[in-house]
Amino acid sequence: MAGIKNVLKGSHDYTLYKKRKSLVNRPQNMYNKKQNQRLAFDGGSYMKYDTQQCRLTYKEELAPGVFDFRLQNQAFAASAQPGQFAHLLVPGKPLRRPISICDVDQKADTLRLVFEVRGEGTQILAQYQVGDCLDVLAPLGRGFTIGDTSRRALFVGGGIGVPPLLYAAKQFGVNATVIIGFRNRDAVILKKDFEQAGCRVILHTDDGSAGRGGFVTESCREELENCEQVFACGPAPMLKAVAGQAQERCVPCQISLEERMGCGVGACLVCACKIRKADGSEGYLHVCKDGPVFDAKEVVW
Amino acid sequence: MADLSVNIAGVTFGNPLIAASGTFGFGREYQEFYPLSTLGGISCKGITLKERAGNPPPRIAETPAGILNAVGLQNPGVDHFMEKDLSWLKGQGTVVIANIAGNTPEEYCEMAEKLSDSSVDMIEMNISCPNVKHGGVQFGTSCESVGAITRAVREHCKKPLMVKLSPNVADIVSIAKAAEAEGADALSLINTLTGMRIDIETGRPIIRNNTGGLSGPAVFPVAVRMVWQVSSAVSIPVVGMGGISTWKDAVEMLMAGASALQIGTVLFSDPYAPVKIRQGLDEFLDKKGLRSVRELTGTVRPW
Ligand SMILES: Cc1cc2nc3c(=O)[nH]c(=O)nc-3n(C[C@H](O)[C@H](O)[C@H](O)COP(=O)(O)OP(=O)(O)OC[C@H]3O[C@@H](n4cnc5c(N)ncnc54)[C@H](O)[C@@H]3O)c2cc1C
Ligand SMILES: Cc1cc2nc3c(=O)[nH]c(=O)nc-3n(C[C@H](O)[C@H](O)[C@H](O)COP(=O)(O)O)c2cc1C
Ligand code: FES
Repeated sequence: MAGIKNVLKGSHDYTLYKKRKSLVNRPQNMYNKKQNQRLAFDGGSYMKYDTQQCRLTYKEELAPGVFDFRLQNQAFAASAQPGQFAHLLVPGKPLRRPISICDVDQKADTLRLVFEVRGEGTQILAQYQVGDCLDVLAPLGRGFTIGDTSRRALFVGGGIGVPPLLYAAKQFGVNATVIIGFRNRDAVILKKDFEQAGCRVILHTDDGSAGRGGFVTESCREELENCEQVFACGPAPMLKAVAGQAQERCVPCQISLEERMGCGVGACLVCACKIRKADGSEGYLHVCKDGPVFDAKEVVW
Repeated sequence: MADLSVNIAGVTFGNPLIAASGTFGFGREYQEFYPLSTLGGISCKGITLKERAGNPPPRIAETPAGILNAVGLQNPGVDHFMEKDLSWLKGQGTVVIANIAGNTPEEYCEMAEKLSDSSVDMIEMNISCPNVKHGGVQFGTSCESVGAITRAVREHCKKPLMVKLSPNVADIVSIAKAAEAEGADALSLINTLTGMRIDIETGRPIIRNNTGGLSGPAVFPVAVRMVWQVSSAVSIPVVGMGGISTWKDAVEMLMAGASALQIGTVLFSDPYAPVKIRQGLDEFLDKKGLRSVRELTGTVRPW
């Protein structure tokens, strides 16, 4: 929050605040290293959450009702990891809207968000124009574990589950095969972006109007032979099918889940996701803090 | 700068803003935004004797100017709280309130006893949770049951005891009086109002529990009314909550009769709301030439 400094100034909290804020502004590689070890969000002693006003620097309607936003913020762009999400304030609405970080441009200091208009909140967000500012809480959650990018990776995305995969797939470049599925040819988005990153793209449409017909799971079965890991995002039935296929072949699979959210940071416990723990017992973890990316083996469908 | 401190049942809060139970966890997440000493106190996530898994998702739905939730008291249990969270929380420079819920009066008593030997500053007895099948609100809806459970817990509780009241009752004033008569040191209100939303495409309730608790600005006028009625009828302090989102709401709730305030749902849209409310309140007091926030409590002049 801009201005929090002034509010706290003069109070006994201020010294503490300054000390902690300076820790956040440390070089971000500390953050990255931790993220790869999947430890970054297990609590640290530095201030890691903030809301910021971010300027919309670019806006495009990629397909009917699907918007591409670039939001400028240096701190967010520097720390965002593939698979994390942003929580967007919708003026007049009691709840923020979670949208995955589709890509990051470190040079332009922008986060790229691609979202579909589903209800009132996303409808209001779609009205924003270039130059306007949005109130953003980001980057949140635990993203994809990338690991060794020379190991062949398979990405499987369905519909609006495709954008959350782009930034992760870019890390793998030519070592990534990306299977993406949409309703029909008009709904196809981001195909060129994956191709420009060097990825091999297999396109599906439900009605066969572009690429292959049928569901992504058909290509997934074939491609699983040639990969060492799977990253998936999309509707629950698709995720369940992909997770099952990967498990049959003992290929590690990470999936990005959705759940209705409140706080977005792990405090209110509303975004529950049922997980099977190592000891076989079941319990709820939380999509906003323990996820949105989970190991497919852990998820209880 | 006016004096923002308040005293509730012998416990001094640096300012009247307390995080509302269930919206703030055990403080670890929000301390990543600002020092927890920004708040006068924290009412921790409701804890039970044994760990609880909570309800299946979805646990939340949006409503016009509010939200419905049915978390179902997911929590790690009282022992885990005392071992893992309490000493850390006590080091954050803010008042720590343990919010307890049980299936039976015995469970409430056992928890009160355990917590009496801990470093928590105060116990908030939640007899108003609408989202669990047993216990919770069933203890909070009649004068007899509120009186009985307050008396029982009072005997086992060596800490200041605050009873959190449900708005889902016909006559909140007599319930408040019953709690006061049996030894409550303070009252907090309101918990959420039971509500429901349905997805018209599927015909299914949005919340998996079918019903949930309504909070946020939608309940604010109801909360102000209840705080006013209750604080006029009892002589113990009342902690007001329900939809407080701005410093103006805070002033209004204090005028209605609250001695301190809890802040919940607004955190979901603006995690910095307590910082802003604290500042606005401070400026309002200065503008009005008041030296202490305590001078605002109960100053409404009813017609
Ligand atoms: C971690 C995460 C990442 C996401 N990433 C993207 C993305 O990159 N692109 C995209 O288009 N969508 C994404 N979504 C889904 C997006 O959040 C919802 O489509 C959006 O919240 C709908 O809001 P609304 O006001 O238009 O709909 P309404 O139905 O009016 O919303 C009412 C309430 O329900 C919630 N809600 C409704 N649908 C969903 C849903 N599917 N998931 C979570 N909450 C929901 C809303 O947030 C709001 O609180 C993501 C969801 C999550 C949890
Ligand atoms: C997600 C959520 C979880 C809650 N959990 C609890 C709880 O565990 N114990 C309790 O006494 N109240 C709980 N409450 C109720 C709040 O403490 C508070 O009484 C209510 O939300 C009204 O205040 P608000 O409108 O500022 O949120 C919860 C509320 C929400 C929104
Ligand atoms: S949204 Fe609050 S815990 Fe996930």
